[in-house]
Amino acid sequence: MTGEALRLEGIHKAFGGFVALQSVDLAIDAGELVCFVGPSGCGKTTLLRIIAGLESQTRGRVIQNGRDISTAPPSARDYGIVFQSYALFPNLTIDENVAYGLVNRRRARAQIDARVKELLTLVGLPDSGPKYPSQLSGGQQQRIALARALATAPSLLLLDEPLSALDAKERERLRGEIRHLQKRVGVTTIMVTHDQEEALSMSDRVVVMNHGRIEQVGTPLQVYEQPATPFVADFLGKVNVLRATSLGEGRYRVGRVELATQANGYAAGEAVRLYLRPEDRLLPDSGPVERMPNAMRGRVLGVDFLGTYCLAAMDVEGFEGQKLLVYFSLNQALEMGVREGATIPFALRGERVRVFSAA
Amino acid sequence: MTAVARPDFAPRPARLASETLVAHGGLFLVAAALAVFLTLPLASLLVRSVQGGGQFVGFANFAEYFAAPAFARSAQNTLVFAGLTTGITVPLAFVFAYAIQRSCIPFKSVWRSIAMIPILAPSMLAALSFIYLFGNQGWLKFVLGWFGLQSIYGLPGMVLAMVFSSFPHAVMILLAALALSDARLYEAADSMATPGWRKFLTITLPGARYGLISAAMVVFTMAVSEFGIPKVIGGNTGVLAIDVYKQVIGQQNFSMGAVVGLILLAPVLVAFIIDYAVRKRQKALLTARSVPYCPRPAPLRDATLLAVVIAMCAFMLLVVGMAVFGSFVKVWPYNLSFTLNHYTYGFEEAGVDHAYPNSVKMALWCALFGAAVTFAGAYWLEKTRGADFLRPAIQLQAMMPMAVPGMVLGIGYILFFNHPANPLGFLYGTMTILVLSTVIHFYSSSHLTAVTALKQLDNEFESVSASLKVPFYKTFWRVTVPVCLPSIIDISRYYFVNAMTTISCVVFLYSPKTTLASISILHLDEAGNVGSAAAMATLIVATSGVVTVLFFVAEWWLVRRTQRWRETTRN
Repeated sequence: MTGEALRLEGIHKAFGGFVALQSVDLAIDAGELVCFVGPSGCGKTTLLRIIAGLESQTRGRVIQNGRDISTAPPSARDYGIVFQSYALFPNLTIDENVAYGLVNRRRARAQIDARVKELLTLVGLPDSGPKYPSQLSGGQQQRIALARALATAPSLLLLDEPLSALDAKERERLRGEIRHLQKRVGVTTIMVTHDQEEALSMSDRVVVMNHGRIEQVGTPLQVYEQPATPFVADFLGKVNVLRATSLGEGRYRVGRVELATQANGYAAGEAVRLYLRPEDRLLPDSGPVERMPNAMRGRVLGVDFLGTYCLAAMDVEGFEGQKLLVYFSLNQALEMGVREGATIPFALRGERVRVFSAA
Repeated sequence: MTAVARPDFAPRPARLASETLVAHGGLFLVAAALAVFLTLPLASLLVRSVQGGGQFVGFANFAEYFAAPAFARSAQNTLVFAGLTTGITVPLAFVFAYAIQRSCIPFKSVWRSIAMIPILAPSMLAALSFIYLFGNQGWLKFVLGWFGLQSIYGLPGMVLAMVFSSFPHAVMILLAALALSDARLYEAADSMATPGWRKFLTITLPGARYGLISAAMVVFTMAVSEFGIPKVIGGNTGVLAIDVYKQVIGQQNFSMGAVVGLILLAPVLVAFIIDYAVRKRQKALLTARSVPYCPRPAPLRDATLLAVVIAMCAFMLLVVGMAVFGSFVKVWPYNLSFTLNHYTYGFEEAGVDHAYPNSVKMALWCALFGAAVTFAGAYWLEKTRGADFLRPAIQLQAMMPMAVPGMVLGIGYILFFNHPANPLGFLYGTMTILVLSTVIHFYSSSHLTAVTALKQLDNEFESVSASLKVPFYKTFWRVTVPVCLPSIIDISRYYFVNAMTTISCVVFLYSPKTTLASISILHLDEAGNVGSAAAMATLIVATSGVVTVLFFVAEWWLVRRTQRWRETTRN
């Protein structure tokens, strides 16, 4: 199952004077899971609702499987949708909920029952049929909502913040389950989320949005390692932002320290910002860091204990007051004696540094 | 793809055009119906108030009415009547609601039910009872002397009867206001060793202040628009509502009736706007994180409040009981032997034996048709998409009846539907127009009940249905209506009871064939047949009461049958 499943062309949406989406172009391949991720108000939900036909775009076209559905009402489009609130019909049993879209298609009762059974098994709740939604946990309800959306075998599955209403443990479990299910069914899926971790862990491709525009589209690794804009770097994961001056040929100066990177394209003397993740460092446990490029020493100002990892705020010698956050695994922290006041040698991984103009 | 085959569930060709048509057409229909049966009649009233003999006369009618000595007297009487009623009812209702919500007295639901009885009765019932009790042949006439009063007729009787009639309305608002309170405020006060009176003044009263204002406005509005009570027990005390009646029914002077109606509208509109503003603020008062307050026993407080509540309930039962008793005795107070004559010959003699069946018929139609129309209207407003320009028009019109006294609406109906050029003129004098006007008169509360119920439903039900290619009206029938059934039944009951007891709007619209029970009370009383008037009032209370109980039983049964999902909880 390959080929283009959905194409958005110049989607523009204005609510009165407020521009929610500015000429968004995007193509989604059949069978892939794409996440729209961004801060609230970035337009990701609006874009999903436009694809669903629940909102109409001011300009632009939506093409599904080669068919222009730009002005088609929701009921003339081919998709299943799952909302954050589950939106299960409270007065209908689980069976009736899952069968809701099937009954309308005048199928034989036996055929419908078989399909409902199949879907409940698929989402791992084969015995929940006679129950009512209120008898299920949030995660179970969300699985039923998924089963209901998939019942009519749509070619496109839309998930609108499907996990936000769940607690952390349940959320993590469902992430894996939804992904597994999606691969098994092979349905093209678009998921909206504000949770960057969710987006990175579940998607084939991530669409990072901000202020009604797409900032970057790429695989999770691409958008994380090679963010196209400062916003993407900042939004996905933690990042250090250092004020620096370009020295030309991929060299930059932060405070009094010179760093060698592989990021070219800035004339000598230009003011820039270096974006560097806390894990983009080499520590003494992987070799003599003092002899590596970009070696430096930092005094620990404070340590945030995050479980498996620690995040240390460092005052780096020569950085002239610009703080640097550095990750240590718990073991590294213990072995190297990372605690407030300690001085730790390390080296920055120049190849990981992203550079953006300061302007 | 291999594990889960995609069976052929291809969508059938959509019936979109028809679905959109139903959605937008419905919205348009609601807006249009409200325009025809509410806005246009009121507009006719406005137009008529500046006309004389078919000509535009500007404010000449107003000038004429203001110049008449009767106006100043009526206006003053109205304000004094409404002001006194408000000043007495609200504190009493507050004490009652406080006892129910903030003390540990026993049998709360009994007291609460008794306090609601006046809602089941036409307001004239209280007036008749007070005549029986304190009138010229009254049992308790001597009590009047204690207060330096000569006679119950006039202001004293009006205020008493009005307090009785408006009491449950104020109680309901204050019960709601006092139910909302954050226990943590009291705990914080206790931790600072605050005395009880100070907690009352600094936490309880401020917390209930919006409720108090709201209750005051509702009672004031009821009193200003009240017509039956001044008619029966007002004696020579003219009020604006009586002036409207006299101008329109007595003198057939519709222009002047319109003028007085508009003057009547003014204070009610002011009260409505204050109430509306206050209610909006009340919403923000309590956050989702508040902890509900739970009263703890305090023997002295509880005993005192219990005594007060029992006294109030006893008095209310006495008032209702007196009218019922009076309807079954031969000649009050001289011959107390039992008779049904007031129910039989009395009605026949006055030619109102068809009034009661008419009322029941009308109330049933209002309960059925009103609930269906109101709920459907609220649904179209809340849950459909598109045609957004129609929504504000519907919202505004749906709230208007609350701010319009029934009499004003009634004159508007006469002027609009009785106009020779109106193609709907055939409605005039029919049962249909009585049903329509009553549904409109009580539309706002019903509409709000329906909207509240609908807002509790997930907004995405319609979106999910659309994605599953299920037309919205199927979801309406399979999900929305069943889930909202308790509210729909409430609306239906509300229409029934109000249709049984209402008078102010329909008094202008009935024909000899469609006389209603509530209206016939006025005629029987006017003809001096107080016994039959009381009998008619008793029939209304009994019917409203029985039907209310039936509604509760039906609700209980339906909820048990169709709402099984509500009782189930996670296991």
